[in-house]
Amino acid sequence: MSRVGSDLSAAKRRHHAAVFAALADETRLALVTTLSGGEPRSIAQLTGGSRMTRQAITKHLRVLECAGIVHSVRSGRESRFQFDPRPLNDLQEYLGRVSAQWDQVLSRLKTLVES
Amino acid sequence: MNDRIEKRIELKAPVSRVWRALTDHREFGEWFHVKLEGPFVAGQLSQGQITHPGYEHVRWQAVVQKIEPESLFSFTWHPYGVDPKIDYSKETPTLVEFRLEKTATGTLLLLTESGFDKVPANRRAEAFRMNDGGWTQQMKNIESHVTRRQ
Repeated sequence: MSRVGSDLSAAKRRHHAAVFAALADETRLALVTTLSGGEPRSIAQLTGGSRMTRQAITKHLRVLECAGIVHSVRSGRESRFQFDPRPLNDLQEYLGRVSAQWDQVLSRLKTLVES
Repeated sequence: MNDRIEKRIELKAPVSRVWRALTDHREFGEWFHVKLEGPFVAGQLSQGQITHPGYEHVRWQAVVQKIEPESLFSFTWHPYGVDPKIDYSKETPTLVEFRLEKTATGTLLLLTESGFDKVPANRRAEAFRMNDGGWTQQMKNIESHVTRRQ
């Protein structure tokens, strides 16, 4: 079978891995959930209601920013963070292709063992 | 967002038949569309040539992890590149696991491919430089995250 992602560049796969890793944290998932509403938010807004410090939230936002999941935009004197759905859409598409390839392979296995 | 692929498939064949199709390298090659150079041995590299139409130039490489008779067969592998200039062995492999369970009508096959969240070492350092808990904690988080979502 053609291996999953055979036409993906190495850089793109590394990026997928970075996105997965960025999401593998409770706090960052919560931040993404909040920001996925679409409205850009300041660090103060994101820190409010959380027991974490402003510095801790900032660190998490930087990890998300490195993975391209959020972008910071200047708004007057403060930075606001905005959600970018593209990396997550890419991931979903990638996993969808992996999944479809497994369906094909397993259906050939089924045919073989049931014949 | 899930970071693994899971498939369950009911097979109307005894566990012993499915096990042979999975672990006999010639039978494996038949449904997987790969011509393997030798039998699967735990801990060893398995090599061959893809036979799927249009991809005959692609090499198969996997490292066999576990062969637990009629129960678990697993290997790690790298994404396959069609570009011979790229050294894909530097990429982080994913883990593929086939688990078999006897059912009233035959065999339940559970397939998992995991490890899409792994980051190559150089990249990992960069991504987690600022992270409090470090990579070990990240892996624990992934684990509990994934478990909770199943």
